[in-house]
Amino acid sequence: MPDIREVVVLSGKGGTGKTSLVGALAALAPEKVLCDADVDAADLHLLLRPTVRERHDFYAGHKAAIDPERCIQCGDCLDLCRFGAISESLEINPLRCEGCGVCWYLCPARAVDFPDNLCGEWYISETRFGPLVHARLGIAEENSGKLVSLVRREARQLAEAQGLPWIITDGPPGIGCPVIASLGNASAVLVVTEPSVAGRHDLERVAALAEHFGLPVSVLVNKADLHWESAHAIAEFCAERSYVFLGFLPFDADFTRAQVEGKTIMEYNNKKLQAILCEVWEKFQSATQGLRLQAHLSKQPPTGGG
Amino acid sequence: MIICVASGKGGTGKTTIATNLAAALEEPVHFLDCDVEEPNAHLFLRPEMSDRLDFAVEVPQIDLNKCTLCGKCQEICQFNAVAILPETALTFPELCHSCGGCFLVCPEDAVVSTRRVVGQVETGRRGMITFAHGRLRVGEAMAPPLIRRLKQEVSPHGLTIIDAPPGTSCPVVTALWGADFVLLVTEPTPFGLNDLELAVGAARELKLPCALVINRADLGDRRVQEYAARENLPVLLEIPFDREAAAAYAQGKLLVEALPRWRQWMTALHDSMIEALRGRPTGHG
Repeated sequence: MPDIREVVVLSGKGGTGKTSLVGALAALAPEKVLCDADVDAADLHLLLRPTVRERHDFYAGHKAAIDPERCIQCGDCLDLCRFGAISESLEINPLRCEGCGVCWYLCPARAVDFPDNLCGEWYISETRFGPLVHARLGIAEENSGKLVSLVRREARQLAEAQGLPWIITDGPPGIGCPVIASLGNASAVLVVTEPSVAGRHDLERVAALAEHFGLPVSVLVNKADLHWESAHAIAEFCAERSYVFLGFLPFDADFTRAQVEGKTIMEYNNKKLQAILCEVWEKFQSATQGLRLQAHLSKQPPTGGG
Repeated sequence: MIICVASGKGGTGKTTIATNLAAALEEPVHFLDCDVEEPNAHLFLRPEMSDRLDFAVEVPQIDLNKCTLCGKCQEICQFNAVAILPETALTFPELCHSCGGCFLVCPEDAVVSTRRVVGQVETGRRGMITFAHGRLRVGEAMAPPLIRRLKQEVSPHGLTIIDAPPGTSCPVVTALWGADFVLLVTEPTPFGLNDLELAVGAARELKLPCALVINRADLGDRRVQEYAARENLPVLLEIPFDREAAAAYAQGKLLVEALPRWRQWMTALHDSMIEALRGRPTGHG
């Protein structure tokens, strides 16, 4: 069985160009499974235009509901619920229900139902660049971390079954639950950032998170020409921290134009950006080869989460 | 009145709109940065911070001298935060949602309440802006408890502006909860539109009126505008892409200070929100 390498593309701050970069890597990397782990606001399918082969329901956790027929109006649940999910009229607001089961478990009249919660769907699809595992979390749903773990597990199984050495994962923004779920068993983190005070601030936090879990960090500065001084400062910061610095991409409206046509930038007529991205991929590949073993021996985050 | 600035897609300009709106107004404003995973508003508003408090959640610890390994706490816990083994009991505080169930069901009083610090709340001031933000500790998974704590800083009088996290799942719903109006900042691209539809869905689940600001309105296509017209979502402001603004933003400058046209835009945006709120609710079209 080949040793599978999974690169998770993160940014901390949203809108720095994660998904556009994953689109480019989809075209550049040979023999891979693609995985969209930004289940909360998934966009990769808009570039890859997948044909869905398998569709599955995603159930996680439970939601409580009070049956008024059985309810004796004692109000115990209202006192016990810490999430403000139960109204004075003893109805449960599903948007506030945490699924903790306290009302269900402790109701003296057994009037609370606690069914499995359908939170979304996940898919195995075919694209012109290879298989894609992706998902759609229901609007205002919880359990995004579990769905992230699920799509990544499926992507890994596909890679193993088909003997594909790479998994390229489009990660969620932020540093919380879904991001932590995107890091378990990963091989390397690629952070796409931008040369702004906000981009830099968020890069530092997300890179610290990756380090916390013992994963090697590589950094690409997108839109570098919007403020070269900050872009160079990020390159220096990477050198200080021993992060692999992958290079600078200019701000270019062709990324948007390609997106409007449902294409990755590698399929759009822009030789300059394509040349930079080829270099970025080469550099990333050689830089992560040596780091692989180190990552496998380090501390790994727990899977699952809320 | 509570205005929540949200977006679905990240990087569309939520924080830019929220901070510049707050800075442009000539009235007292409470500003809450609820993007506790990656708080950025302070980089632009640069408030003078006066207070910094650790924020802790309640988690269980098991007193093994009292525990009989009966397993009731494990049974009620939906988050696998307690494990009863043949000879001992373990807790996993990072998985705990602080529902309190384990304390309630333990017949031996063996579940002891402890505090676990998951982040900080900082408060401060800039002119007429009362500022608060939360910072989730790196490595912590759960943002909603910290967002709920932060929202206690909402002003009972006057205007509160909330900068929401991106996405549409639990942290966003927690930030939106209790708002009077949702201002969705989007961009006219396929990604922008896809995520906008999700964000509008979340606002409608919460029955909140919403309106749009379209940023970088001259890049991309017209499908966001078409969607807004179809869904009766008022577009309160369209902002063209501007390298000068991007460079000022990059350095952490407030655009209302760097570029005079931004002050006019933000004042007009505020007035049109007030007007939209006085009229019939706009989010249910």
